[in-house]
Amino acid sequence: METVKLTIDNKQIEVPKGTTIYKAAKGMGIDIPVLCYMDLHDLGVENKPAGCRICVVEVEGRRNLAPSCSTACMEGMVVKTHTPRVINARRTVMELILSDHPKDCLTCPKSGHCDLQDMAVRLGIRNIPGQEYAEMSTYKKDFSPAIIRDVDKCIMCRRCETMCNQVQTVGALSAVNRGFTAVVAPAFEQDLEKSPCTFCGQCVAVCPTGALTEVDHTAKVIRAIADPTKTVLVQTAPAVRAALGEEFGMKPGTLVTGKMAAALRKIGFDYVFDTDFAADLTIMEEGTELLDRLTRHLNGDKSVKLPILTSCCPAWVNFFEHSFTDMLDVPSSAKSPQQMFGSIAKSYFADKLGKKRDELVVVSVMPCLAKKYECQRDEFKVDGNPDVDYSISTRELAHLIKEFNINFAELPDEDFDRPLGESTGAAVIFGATGGVIEAAVRTAYEVQTGKKLEKIDFTELRGMEGIRTATIDFNGLPINIGIAHGLGNARKLLEQVRSGKANFHAIEVMACPGGCIGGGGQPLHHGDSSIIKARMEAIYREDAGKEIRKSHENPYIQQLYEEFLGKPMSETAHHLLHTHYFNRKKDVYIK
Amino acid sequence: MSHVKVELKPEQVTKIKEICKSFNNNPGELINVLHQTQGAFGYLPAEVQEVVAAELGIPVAKVYGVVTFYSFFTMLPKGKHPISVCTGTACYVRGAEKVLDEFKRILEVKVGESTPDGKFSLNCLRCVGACGLAPVVLVGDKVYGRVSPDGVKDILNEYAD
Amino acid sequence: MHILVCGGTGCRASSSDAIVEKFKSELAANNLENDVQVIMTGCFGFCEKGPIVKVLPDNTFYTQVKPEDAAEIVKEHVIKGRKVNRLLYLDPAKKEHVSDSKHMGFYRKQIRIALRNCGFINPENIDEYIARDGYQAIGKVLTEFDPQQTIDIIKKSGLRGRGGGGFPTGLKWEIASKNKADQKYVVCNADEGDPGAFMDRSVLEGDPHSVLEAMSICGYCIGASKGLIYIRAEYPLAIKRLKVAIAQAREYGLLGNDIMGTGFSFDVELRYGAGAFVCGEETALIHSMEGLRGEPTNKPPFPAESGYMGKPTNVNNVETFANVCPIILKGADWYSSIGTEKSKGTKVFALAGKINNVGLIEVPMGITLREVIFEIGGGIKNGKKFKAVQTGGPSGGCLTEKHLDIPIDFDNLIAAGSMMGSGGMIVMDEDDCMVSVAKFYLDFTVEESCGKCAPCRIGNKRLYELLDKITKGEGTMDDLDRLRNLSKVIKDTALCGLGQTSPNPVLSTLDNFYDEYLAHVQDKKCPAGKCKALMKYVIDPEACVGCTACARNCPVNAISGERKKPHSINTAICIKCGACIEKCKFDAISIK
Repeated sequence: METVKLTIDNKQIEVPKGTTIYKAAKGMGIDIPVLCYMDLHDLGVENKPAGCRICVVEVEGRRNLAPSCSTACMEGMVVKTHTPRVINARRTVMELILSDHPKDCLTCPKSGHCDLQDMAVRLGIRNIPGQEYAEMSTYKKDFSPAIIRDVDKCIMCRRCETMCNQVQTVGALSAVNRGFTAVVAPAFEQDLEKSPCTFCGQCVAVCPTGALTEVDHTAKVIRAIADPTKTVLVQTAPAVRAALGEEFGMKPGTLVTGKMAAALRKIGFDYVFDTDFAADLTIMEEGTELLDRLTRHLNGDKSVKLPILTSCCPAWVNFFEHSFTDMLDVPSSAKSPQQMFGSIAKSYFADKLGKKRDELVVVSVMPCLAKKYECQRDEFKVDGNPDVDYSISTRELAHLIKEFNINFAELPDEDFDRPLGESTGAAVIFGATGGVIEAAVRTAYEVQTGKKLEKIDFTELRGMEGIRTATIDFNGLPINIGIAHGLGNARKLLEQVRSGKANFHAIEVMACPGGCIGGGGQPLHHGDSSIIKARMEAIYREDAGKEIRKSHENPYIQQLYEEFLGKPMSETAHHLLHTHYFNRKKDVYIK
Repeated sequence: MSHVKVELKPEQVTKIKEICKSFNNNPGELINVLHQTQGAFGYLPAEVQEVVAAELGIPVAKVYGVVTFYSFFTMLPKGKHPISVCTGTACYVRGAEKVLDEFKRILEVKVGESTPDGKFSLNCLRCVGACGLAPVVLVGDKVYGRVSPDGVKDILNEYAD
Repeated sequence: MHILVCGGTGCRASSSDAIVEKFKSELAANNLENDVQVIMTGCFGFCEKGPIVKVLPDNTFYTQVKPEDAAEIVKEHVIKGRKVNRLLYLDPAKKEHVSDSKHMGFYRKQIRIALRNCGFINPENIDEYIARDGYQAIGKVLTEFDPQQTIDIIKKSGLRGRGGGGFPTGLKWEIASKNKADQKYVVCNADEGDPGAFMDRSVLEGDPHSVLEAMSICGYCIGASKGLIYIRAEYPLAIKRLKVAIAQAREYGLLGNDIMGTGFSFDVELRYGAGAFVCGEETALIHSMEGLRGEPTNKPPFPAESGYMGKPTNVNNVETFANVCPIILKGADWYSSIGTEKSKGTKVFALAGKINNVGLIEVPMGITLREVIFEIGGGIKNGKKFKAVQTGGPSGGCLTEKHLDIPIDFDNLIAAGSMMGSGGMIVMDEDDCMVSVAKFYLDFTVEESCGKCAPCRIGNKRLYELLDKITKGEGTMDDLDRLRNLSKVIKDTALCGLGQTSPNPVLSTLDNFYDEYLAHVQDKKCPAGKCKALMKYVIDPEACVGCTACARNCPVNAISGERKKPHSINTAICIKCGACIEKCKFDAISIK
């Protein structure tokens, strides 16, 4: 490899050619501040517009300061990262950015997690000169069912634009206007709801300020819990337990399943259940649907659509309802685990309790913002009463725990309640890319072949690569599997399918890079992709530690079928656990 | 950018599609497409941008991002007689600001607006390259040179019909 | 006999089309239409005295010609051989009529290389270009030199980019030529955005083929078969003439496949700007040509490595290209004999503002500002006092009396706190307030900033606000320090050339006119009397006769006084509209 030698802060270093000054310095333990720059290298995501100019450094012989995030090291370069000139420039630029930023830090939803706030602290900003004379750029606020845009707080780092366009290829957001009024917004600065937004929340996950935040439902949850006429159920998605600890200062990858259950009980939920239960149920339905389509296909039924596409991810559903309207019959008709849970809770479990559905309130804790959108879709309501009443994010749950004066770190582990709290290892791995399809394979293999799996771990389906493919041998029958995470990767895979170039039997798609563990509702990773990796490891650790690791072996699932549903894809199951999709393309056109 | 709502007629949609087609629906030609479309419609309402985006296969947010970046593109219809006052440096030092003020005063509009009857719209532009005639005013394609505030009324009177 | 009528934008705005028509009909009426040719040419440069009409072969230069003058010129000059004196240029010093432009102060010190054909040929006729050595340079290059030899000639000539930065053109070509790629591009930057500059427009309107030919030569040198001209949509005439020129060149086999049977292929397409000054920056220009927002990106990579469509791209501006063919034909030594040590050749300037001879000039590098302003420019309008000259547009600075004898070249102008820029030169007199001038430029930059980087997006806005505050008399000494610090940081941190130079008008006025800033801040006075907020209308009680005309016309009733007694103005109410001054017949009201 070709290398270059240079000097940074009086120390010599040799780095591969093309390395940026920022990375070279980092390798030497010099932490140059960056703001707009974001490198999620494990996920292949990089944002470096070189727009904020906070990371500037002095390069000997250069007329002006150089942005270290996007300036490559050159042979013999002499770099200084903290001269008075650099420090003055950094501070002045920061003052400029703050001069066009609202000063409501105390009440801002991002307070305490805000990169801009942290940078102001780090650079020692004590006042913003000339504030009283400075005009601020202001824009219309946008409240969607999932995401709030308060772009007065936008600093034009372009991270959201990168996520929405390069990574997710959704194209809901773009830089608009010019100069002082330039901002990132949907077309015509309309609301997100009128755009092709999938509510995946990746823009929120990377926004360094309070410009993009989630709709907060915690107040509604508190009110429901306090309402004596309501029985309040909570379900928690698999990815939540692998990340919640971060909000309480724990190391990324710490599993807090037991503490989370204990905390939810302390908050006052009447039943602490697990979305994992519904994940096992999803495998029963989706796995059966896969085998059904496969068998019919093998028997020469030309009407059958393959590959089957997973449908657990609501942002993915929104995406294909916008972008692949010609393929609406290809995805599995199985509802997502969140909605299956709600559906079962307000029927099967309501019956058990002897309550009417509107006496129950179902709350979901999700790593996701699209779930907020999903649970208010009309097809998931019965007589206007939604199967899932409120979906809150991992971050909102952390707020609730803090607001309820719970010392999370000291909590003893507790179990979920029965019956809707029992789950298998297969359900847990739903939280990571490749997990849903691995869970499906574990069950489908045994059902199809009638044989017991010798090796439960399908490591060939795991990993961080954006698009992965594998062929699994179903006792002589090769099953081709595709996996994509990130909607841009999903688009690529789907286009291959549409054009007939790809020959898959099943494809798993998760909208967020890394899967649900990297969801828009998770604790903020602040551009550190190793956090997402650590969560992924935690997920597989939880799976490996589970006694039962295949969905069809979950005894409470078996009981549910025996008592209520009959068999997978029965009429009852169809009614409660399956859905259909809509062409939403026309909705984005202005009427 | 403020804008007006319009309903496109089928033949208008066809016209936009033809323009896109003439550039092979190539997204790299977006600016040329917008130039021609604005030439055909006089302005670029949201609905027109939607069609352009669909034809070129790019997000409409990106089209809007481009439209709002370039000052040549407008989402508001121009007046029957669009007035542009040059505010380039040469015109500035020769008193363009006072000329502009006079237009604003007489027409009772701000820069970027049209008169309620749609007859005149008022805009600024930066240098038409006729600095020898500074200050310069354009009404439509007609160039007026060495305009004084007193001469504004005379210019407008030419369009009294 | 030929009658040349200037067809530049300025002269056309003064009805030179009608002049051409009138000449034709007058000639026809006298049965002379076959003996005398009427040609509409490109810009003669002397816009102040436009429309210009030149009669050949005796080189008679008529100024400020009106359509109705055509009859007289035909009757007197064409038929009887008597010059129409009243239309000749009047030398302001000698008070004599001058008929040949050679003897006019405006032209005497000019050397025309880039503008060699402007005002001589009909730009819409390729034969006229060919008759003046057109397409000989490309022929010579294709048959006598290999690409590297050609690059060496350009390098040796010392030609530097005329778009602003002054990067050596030959070196730029060499870098692009060395990058390997299946496709490369030659781009001509014709997005002339400096307000008050019209050099490129004049070249394209007056001599479009010179640019096309030079682009082909560049294509040959770097190995590109495609050329793109990025031109402002605001230049319809230049666009029209370029289209005509491209079509004619293709017809003659001078563009297209296998040019002159040498196997070299090159063609040119037009791309239109849409009103964004920042697109003069080459990376922004390239993004704009790709159909994107014209936002600049960090360099490196330079366009020579990764430009249009990710391919190696060489970007030069119009004037740079216009210099190429003469260099090839007359040699590098000839070219480098003109100019200063580090800046060779000539530079085209658009002379405008408070100067007698507004127009387009081409002068050798090394000429002084004094020669340009007082000899060529004919001095300051209305006998006022020279105060400053702004060069380099919004990126440049304001130079003063003390800079007048500096030889103009790239490096001297930068050392003086300004820059060459693309060649705008705006002259200001004692009535111009330099704080307001700085504010004018910042207003421009704020409007034209792309918004990508924070220092430019927000910093320039804050600079503008500070200047606005000062012109309103609300500035403090702290504000002056902030202006300076902010300016330095913006220069130091902004992403592209626009932001890196946008504070220059502020810094140069702070350096050269600090007293004027102090007057605004400390004394709350605008010495030039431009800043409305700092003006005070006063009635001289000696001169006022108490006619009440002012009081009756004051829209806000700020004037009081008894009939036949001196009136006074309540400055707290006065809105400084000036209505009272207009109405006063006794010159009793003045602005203090």
